[in-house]
Amino acid sequence: MVPDAGAEDEEKWLAEGIAGLQHNAFYMHRSLDSNNLRDALKFSAQMLSELRTSRLSPHKYYELYMRAFDELRKLEMFFREETKRGSFSVIDLYELVQHAGNILPRLYLLCTVGSVYIKSKEAPAKDVLKDLVEMCRGIQHPVRGLFLRSYLSQISRDKLPDIGSEYEGDADTVVDAVEFVLQNFTEMNKLWVRMQHQGPIREKEKREKERSELRDLVGKNLHVLSQLEGVDLDMYKETVLPRILEQVVNCKDDIAQHYLMDCIIQVFPDEYHLQTLETLLSAFPQLQPTVDIKTVLSQLMDRLSNYAASSAEVLPEFLQVEAFAKLSSAIGKVIEAQVDMPIVGAITLYVSLLTFTLRVHPDRLDYVDQVLGACVKKLSGKAKLEDSKATKQIVALLSAPLEKYNDIVTALKLSNYPRVMDHLDNGTNKVMAVVIIQSIMKNSTCISTADKVEALFELIKGLIKDMDGTPDDELDEEDFKEEQNSVARLIHMLYNDDPEEMLKIICTVRKHILLGGPKRLPFTVPPLVFSSLKLVRRLQGQDGDVIGEEVPATPKKIFQILHQTIEALSLVPSPELALRLYLQCAEAANDCDLEPVAYEFFTQAFILYEEEVADSKAQVTAIHLIIGTLQRMNIFGVENRDTLTHKATGYSAKLLKKPDQCRAVYACSHLFWVDDQDGIKDGERVLLCLKRALRIANAAQQMANVTRGSSGSVTLFIEILNKYLYFFEKGNPQITSSVIQGLIELINTEMQSDNTTSDPSADAFFASTLRYIQFQKQKGGAMGEKYEPIKIN
Amino acid sequence: MVLVLALGDLHIPHRAPDLPAKFKSMLVPGKIQHIICTGNLCIKEVHDYLKSLCPDLHVTRGEYDEDTRYPETKTLTIGQFKLGLCHGHQIIPWGDLDSLAMLQRQLDVDILVTGHTHQFKAYKHEGGVVINPGSATGAYSSITYDVNPSFVLMDIDSLRVVVYVYELIDGEVKVDKIDFKKTATANASQ
Repeated sequence: MVPDAGAEDEEKWLAEGIAGLQHNAFYMHRSLDSNNLRDALKFSAQMLSELRTSRLSPHKYYELYMRAFDELRKLEMFFREETKRGSFSVIDLYELVQHAGNILPRLYLLCTVGSVYIKSKEAPAKDVLKDLVEMCRGIQHPVRGLFLRSYLSQISRDKLPDIGSEYEGDADTVVDAVEFVLQNFTEMNKLWVRMQHQGPIREKEKREKERSELRDLVGKNLHVLSQLEGVDLDMYKETVLPRILEQVVNCKDDIAQHYLMDCIIQVFPDEYHLQTLETLLSAFPQLQPTVDIKTVLSQLMDRLSNYAASSAEVLPEFLQVEAFAKLSSAIGKVIEAQVDMPIVGAITLYVSLLTFTLRVHPDRLDYVDQVLGACVKKLSGKAKLEDSKATKQIVALLSAPLEKYNDIVTALKLSNYPRVMDHLDNGTNKVMAVVIIQSIMKNSTCISTADKVEALFELIKGLIKDMDGTPDDELDEEDFKEEQNSVARLIHMLYNDDPEEMLKIICTVRKHILLGGPKRLPFTVPPLVFSSLKLVRRLQGQDGDVIGEEVPATPKKIFQILHQTIEALSLVPSPELALRLYLQCAEAANDCDLEPVAYEFFTQAFILYEEEVADSKAQVTAIHLIIGTLQRMNIFGVENRDTLTHKATGYSAKLLKKPDQCRAVYACSHLFWVDDQDGIKDGERVLLCLKRALRIANAAQQMANVTRGSSGSVTLFIEILNKYLYFFEKGNPQITSSVIQGLIELINTEMQSDNTTSDPSADAFFASTLRYIQFQKQKGGAMGEKYEPIKIN
Repeated sequence: MVLVLALGDLHIPHRAPDLPAKFKSMLVPGKIQHIICTGNLCIKEVHDYLKSLCPDLHVTRGEYDEDTRYPETKTLTIGQFKLGLCHGHQIIPWGDLDSLAMLQRQLDVDILVTGHTHQFKAYKHEGGVVINPGSATGAYSSITYDVNPSFVLMDIDSLRVVVYVYELIDGEVKVDKIDFKKTATANASQ
């Protein structure tokens, strides 16, 4: 190798080399044509002298070599034909070519004749091969030596005394063939490694590039070994692999070690690897610290994983050789030996090992946990990972079991799983938590015990509470909502048919979500409340109190939990949501015949209404919900009921807008008339409500008159008329046909008044109401009779 | 022929994790011309999902809806039919047919669709129809026990509407059909 050789110069040198080569080849051919052996040898030696150059890079040298190679093929053919014809003996020829002046041409010619010699079978193949491989030691220049030996390898390939080969004999066995290839390999590798140490240091990069161009010449030998029939598992185990590894380890060259380890894994069958795992793996910790072991080792594990997946029949082999234990311990040793290996490298190794484990031992959760545990050990001492590549690998590590088992319940058994997650940064931790939740949702996995729920919340704690060191302003509002909604969905997947266990689950969930702080409670409390109410409903059908022993899962106990949970929500503050949930609980307590509990929930709802619900629109909705719920309650005694209905009508009359007041008040009429067997039927108070509603409607009309100079719509009156009709039909004695008649006339008058703004929707409403009355009149029977006195024209 | 999907009271994520998978696979974009939803979706994700099935989406406000901009009631005309939409928590007593009929007169509609009770109902009533599509997720209800997930498809063709009810019972989708013809008198009186 010549320093600073410009590309142009090199082209020139190559051209000169080719020209010299062609010139001599021409004369060689002429000599061959005229059967002049002596001249042929002379010119061929001169031709081969061109290969003595040191000025060409390996790439260009290869070009020259290939041309020489083609010429030598022709020469070899000539030798073979002439010796066969008896023009001269191959033994003489073998002696004769050794007279060539220069060593390199001499050895090329010797190899060429050697090939003919073996083929002639006048000497045992092993002797010729041994002679040649020894003689080649004469060339110690790396590039020239590598190509010469490559030539030797090339011409000898089909002449090795392999099993079943024609060159196999009593004296010639595959052992000799292996010995020959191994020796050539060893010498070539030495030459190849030596390249690294020649030339100035500043050209290191260029040299490494040149070396990588030559690596396949060395690797070819391993390929030849793998192709030998006679290299069976025993031979591979006893001779081939130990000898190769010896060379690999002893050469102490990182490029060679990386390439050759990779080569071993690629060229030899997976079955051999499995059976020699211990030997193969023992080499890894002895490699140079700069070797990229993780890639090679990952490659090995990937191959073994695929091998395992290829057929179920091979799986027992894996168990027999304890592949997992061996790989696991090898990785441990490698990580220990390579102190400088970046964290991402170590994790990549664990990802490969985990993939291997999941493929080969899907039933061995302890192995999976062991891999994760090893990873935790490696990560310990480092708080959070900041390397994005390492983070990606961790996510891959954690996702693999989820994908494999399609079932989070399995992952929950892995004690090291959350410990690995702890090392993720907060953002990624949350992403992983969302992935876990999605996996549960996608597979509709039911988490059915409190222990598993506890483990699950440990995994997703990044979503459940604020983690240290996350500034609030970093959170994106939309993302946060989405995350919390996914937690809310998840709560419905935590379920057990057994009430005792279900109650435990509820308590566990509650414990965790209460840590969530005011921002999370509005998302997480409602699903917990409804999940609990479902449990209440399951219990309410059961027989009354069990006497004696403390029974934990009773509606009463659940209502206590609910009370405290909703109270936490109300303190957020989130009064409107809390009010709705209190009302839901009140109704559930009603169904369980728990009057004091129901009353307490109503009280809480009322307190929130009075103290916290300020927005007038929110008040309107809240009051309708209060009235609607109260209307359905049937356990209250007279006193409690009076207190609550009194309050509700009071609130109704105090709404801000008159129309809202009016509608709420007429809705209250239903609190005094419940249309079932033993419902309350207080006709008088119904009438009072409706009259009060009418007064408010009047006031609304007058107010509109004052402020806008025209009356408002008569819609409210028509609505009230409809309520009158409702109770009229229900048989409320206070509502008579004449009262209804009066109201119809009032509306007619109002509608005809000049003051009234025309309102097509009110007109249509009135028309359809009158049509309804007409319809009822025509119905005949009791109803028709009842309607008979009402005139609508 | 116009297909109208009517559904409501999904209560996601308060009371249910998602729509049943069987419903999701039936509801595909491009088949439905209008969606009317009585409310209680409750979150934007569900709104977006419905919008992806059909962009013509009409929603009224349920008491748990996160979006406060939904109106309390809504009317729309499809073919020869006038439809009214309301969640129903405002109509006391809840689910009471006579009270709903009053709303139907007030909105002056042929078909009134309301929710809140989580119980599928379809009544022919004074020449009109009152429909409750139930809860599409089968969500817990204080009013109805053992709620089955259900929704309604209305096939509206000039003066005729066929109401298909899809109900998920023990993992199987059951379909029921109710035929309704708008009478000449009801038509004339408009």
